[in-house]
Amino acid sequence: MLKIENLTKSYENKVVFKELNLEINDGEVLSIVGPSGIGKTTLLKIIAGLCGADSGKMVIDGQKINVTEKNQNALIGVIFQDFNLFPQYTVLGNITLAPRIVKNIETDQANSKAKKILDELGIEDKADLYPYQLSGGQKQRVAIARALAMEPKILAYDEPTSALDEFSTGQVVEVIKELKKREVTQMVITHDMPFAKKISDRIFDFKKEIVTK
Amino acid sequence: MHYIFSILPDILSGLNITVGLFFLTLIGATPLGILMALGMRSQFFVLRWLLNAYVWVIRGTPLMLQLMFVYFGLPIASNNEIVFPKMTAAVVVFILNYSGYFAEIFRGGIQAIPQAQYDAAGVLGINRRQTFQKIILPQVFKIVLPSFGNEIINLIKDTSLGYVISLVDILYIAQGHAVADVTLLPYVIVAAIYLIFTALATLIMKRIEFNYREWK
Repeated sequence: MLKIENLTKSYENKVVFKELNLEINDGEVLSIVGPSGIGKTTLLKIIAGLCGADSGKMVIDGQKINVTEKNQNALIGVIFQDFNLFPQYTVLGNITLAPRIVKNIETDQANSKAKKILDELGIEDKADLYPYQLSGGQKQRVAIARALAMEPKILAYDEPTSALDEFSTGQVVEVIKELKKREVTQMVITHDMPFAKKISDRIFDFKKEIVTK
Repeated sequence: MHYIFSILPDILSGLNITVGLFFLTLIGATPLGILMALGMRSQFFVLRWLLNAYVWVIRGTPLMLQLMFVYFGLPIASNNEIVFPKMTAAVVVFILNYSGYFAEIFRGGIQAIPQAQYDAAGVLGINRRQTFQKIILPQVFKIVLPSFGNEIINLIKDTSLGYVISLVDILYIAQGHAVADVTLLPYVIVAAIYLIFTALATLIMKRIEFNYREWK
């Protein structure tokens, strides 16, 4: 479970959000909705440890996280808006790199685990391709596989539908629902309300700071 | 033809100096250039300023002058306390000089990598050193290959500047024959050797670029 209390962030004296409170329960899909530029991605970056907040508290699975500093600990798996795959590695290389060099998992073991994840996501035949050879939807599933390989506590998506066509968006919905069945906790940052309604257990309105079920 | 074959072995005996200077410079200046490029992006203003000043001086003065300063100037300035053998002086000056050019090339390459790549590595728990080695540097190499290759060609030709400190390379030996035998043929032979050398370097760089084409 992730719990955020009184989180405040400002840039150059401009307050992005103030004393924000938020909870994500185990196994649920929480969408954070709101117009562009309101600070949703900033919140995601703080949760993922990519940037620090001014003040506040964050607890992930009972573990207190210092939110005022950068804190990249792989507890949150992030699927970026533009996927940010590593172009010089194949799909398999993208997925196995972090397990091999961060967790020191043997290559064979990392490969077989990556292939299992790819199989579950329906792209096992893409293992030897490079990112530029994939469609947007395929890249996104590789990004999901890469995050899952590190066994994060929460999977966080930043605007997952913004770079995709209607067909690929439908596939993302299926992937998120499938991962929910496997009790993967997911947080989705989006401005697309119909999409949020399709996938979410709860929706957090970032502007009004209220949660709806 | 007989004349060419009679002086060729002598000229080729200078090849170890030419090739040695080339490889030692490449091996020394490449990592130094990468480190300097990283330093030029450092958050420490003093380090950035010093490195930029260094690159300005190195690129703003002729390599020949730098060679003369280190080989002839330093012994005079230090009352013969600092005296380098010819080859050492040449290797030191070439490494210092080329590291300045390489630093600028690599700085441009590093700047071209989007922050998103660092973020993607960060959320996977990959530390800064590993991020640079495994993710950033391979992409930087791909970007800088054409300009790096260009500098390598320049380096091959610049090795001939060693002659100003009487480094016995192929050009120095050829000059001896040209003066003694009053003929331009030794220079033609040396030109052919440089052309073969640069053609080989060009082929190798093209091969490396081809290998990098596997990904975009």
